[in-house]
Amino acid sequence: MKGRDGDLLTVQDLHKWFPIKGGLLGKTVGQLRAVDGVSLSVMKGETLGVVGESGCGKTTLAKTILKLIKPTKGKIIFDGSDVTDLSGRKAMRLRRRMQIVFQDPYASLDPRQTVRSCLTEVMGVHGLVTSRRESEEAAENLIEKVGLNPDHLLRFPHEFSGGQRQRIAVARALVTNPDFLVLDEPTSSLDVSVQAQILNLLKSLQREFGLTYLFISHNLAVIRQVSHRTAVMYLGRMVEIAETEKIYSEPKHPYTSALVSAVPIPDPSRRTELAALEGDVPSPVNIPPGCRFNTRCPYATEKCRRETPPLVEIAPSHWIECHYDIDFPSMKRSDLERGLISGGERAPE
Amino acid sequence: MAVMSRALVTKDAVLEVKDLRVDFHTYAGDVKALNGVELTVKRGEILGLVGESGCGKSVTALSIVGLLPQNAEVVSGEILLEGRDLLRLTKEEMRLARLGEIAIVFQDPATYLNPVINIGAQITEILTSDRRRFQVELVSAGLKDFEGRVQGKPLSPALEKEGRRLRSITPSSRMRRGEVKRLAKLLALSYLRMVKLPDAARVFKMYPFELSGGMRQRAIIAMALARRPKLLLADEITTALDVTVQAQILRLLKELKEKIDASVVLITHDLAVVAELCDRAAVMYAGNIVEVAEVKELFANPLHPYTKGLLEAIPRPDSRSELKSIAGSVPDLLFPPTGCRFHPRCPFAFDRCPKVAPPLVEVSPGHLVACLLYGG
Ligand SMILES: Nc1ncnc2c1ncn2[C@@H]1O[C@H](COP(=O)(O)OP(=O)(O)OP(=O)(O)O)[C@@H](O)[C@H]1O
Ligand SMILES: Nc1ncnc2c1ncn2[C@@H]1O[C@H](COP(=O)(O)OP(=O)(O)OP(=O)(O)O)[C@@H](O)[C@H]1O
Ligand code: SF4
Ligand SMILES: [Mg+2]
Ligand SMILES: [Mg+2]
Repeated sequence: MKGRDGDLLTVQDLHKWFPIKGGLLGKTVGQLRAVDGVSLSVMKGETLGVVGESGCGKTTLAKTILKLIKPTKGKIIFDGSDVTDLSGRKAMRLRRRMQIVFQDPYASLDPRQTVRSCLTEVMGVHGLVTSRRESEEAAENLIEKVGLNPDHLLRFPHEFSGGQRQRIAVARALVTNPDFLVLDEPTSSLDVSVQAQILNLLKSLQREFGLTYLFISHNLAVIRQVSHRTAVMYLGRMVEIAETEKIYSEPKHPYTSALVSAVPIPDPSRRTELAALEGDVPSPVNIPPGCRFNTRCPYATEKCRRETPPLVEIAPSHWIECHYDIDFPSMKRSDLERGLISGGERAPE
Repeated sequence: MAVMSRALVTKDAVLEVKDLRVDFHTYAGDVKALNGVELTVKRGEILGLVGESGCGKSVTALSIVGLLPQNAEVVSGEILLEGRDLLRLTKEEMRLARLGEIAIVFQDPATYLNPVINIGAQITEILTSDRRRFQVELVSAGLKDFEGRVQGKPLSPALEKEGRRLRSITPSSRMRRGEVKRLAKLLALSYLRMVKLPDAARVFKMYPFELSGGMRQRAIIAMALARRPKLLLADEITTALDVTVQAQILRLLKELKEKIDASVVLITHDLAVVAELCDRAAVMYAGNIVEVAEVKELFANPLHPYTKGLLEAIPRPDSRSELKSIAGSVPDLLFPPTGCRFHPRCPFAFDRCPKVAPPLVEVSPGHLVACLLYGG
């Protein structure tokens, strides 16, 4: 995937492998391929949703993009410049522009700090304020932005509910006035009645300040609510990227299609047979050869077990990583194998 | 007369929970976790018990199976299993009820499985624990296996003897220990197959840590089914699973519903799971059941302000309409709100709401709600 005009972030062929040590000498005996060749881009002001099941590498991808961990391979381009190997002062300056909100507001806030000192500390680290007065005003400003009030500044995290704590975590991420926010499962630990408050807050902040989001979740319904485009991740790779509506209405990759139809719909008048994929996700230590989805794919053919499919643009801005580009749900695997529909098979680019 | 009408009412109910109040004694004070829970489970149904974190779903389930922690106190109430009050049972009677009448499956399979015994042995142990109760099933599993092996082939004398022996066992006849063990193994395998574990014979010999999350959950469901419970409580059994694996388990439950002759209480915080699977649903908020109805009716015509809010707050995978949120957050049950516990967050609250705790009343056949807007 090439960078486009208007992209704030472009990631090219990003890899993050964790070595597995074993034996007495602690030699590397294998690699856990958490992120295994991801390419994506996020436009200014848009939300790119990243959805995928537990362990598929979402958090590792986020941490690598934010340079909290070093990529094994690949490139990160932010606002036109290659930031993959930035360090020191330049990295610090970059960090101001990219922030992250984690899933668990309980773990990510220091219990011994008042909300105010939690916010002003970040200002100090980045040298954003010159006086105490200034920092206090800034803190008041921030806390109002996220829908709390200045009285809350003197309290400690344990005095807040989960939703309020997540608002504080958002406020802290906004301290440096970033233009890019990674939201890693920001509502997964919250009650549904409170989740909507946070999703609405994030949307209104985006509208007001033109923020760009990378929104990570395993919850497809949440992703659909907030993102303009959606990337579907499986075992360390993006298997499909498209406009969100396309992902839900015309999923093209068999994994996306299974994922979308596995989600129960909160409407008892529309009960359907939940599509269940057989088996479990393979381990990222032992990625199947060929297409990595072939062990669970209902349409897998001999070719899928042998050759890795390329990432191809099957329609404008709609990318999939699959050997076939056909209307899967109506297809039978035997048809594929008999070559009856070879028209759907693409020549590799 | 009163007794008669009571019997009529309870006829199709397996379980009735009445005015159940449970407190937890903690250093900080008493947590008023259940505040008069009213719940009826009908024969053969799947009842969804839904509500947000901390509303008392698990405490309700633990009260029913008699596994409340030390610091809990049942302040009042009755839990009637086919008319018998479980709260009045001795420890030993309760243990027996857990063995044969009510089974519970938790979210975290680790709390349920013994890590050092293989899956097959854990199920076999249940089946041999009370031979009398399982004798008929053991023998029929034996016969099925026998017929499978014979398949119209001419019988050797040994096989002929085995068949005669199996057919001669009556529910009251004595069986040798070795025989019980052999049959229990066959029956255990049939349960593992029933929950669609791939390669049941291999899983039989595996230890819990060797199974994936989804397989473990299936194994536990098999163990619960093996007890042939009248009532199965399933507490967030798919919450920790990925959606594609959750779909496998939900599909399994749907299929089992026809096979097993048990009522199921499916506890979840996910309304979509309820919509997909349940016959009726009970919505819980801060220690009370606030609304009960058939699932279709509940989603089409929610009455309680909390249920309404919740339905508007859940993001739907099939639409993108703006989410409405419920103001405020779930109350701290150390200091629960007075009157209706939902009143501080309720957009319709009026002057009586902080003063009067609304009872659960039937507003149309089968649709119950606890809100002062609907009387009480
Ligand atoms: N520091 C690490 N060392 C070794 N392995 C790691 C490390 N961090 C993550 N992993 C592994 O990398 C894989 C991807 O993990 P990651 O946390 O990115 O998944 P995820 O998609 O965020 O999952 P979840 O939805 O559960 O948060 C997992 O198999 C995980 O065990
Ligand atoms: N051992 C305990 N000591 C004190 N309070 C407890 C204890 N167990 C539960 N509670 C309290 O009782 C209330 C109900 O808890 P319960 O576990 O039933 O919630 P739940 O509805 O199952 O929530 P979840 O969806 O998170 O599982 C909560 O407020 C909880 O804090
Ligand atoms: S009783 Fe009052 S506060 Fe409670 S739900 Fe009904 S209207 Fe709202
Ligand atoms: Mg993660
Ligand atoms: Mg619970």
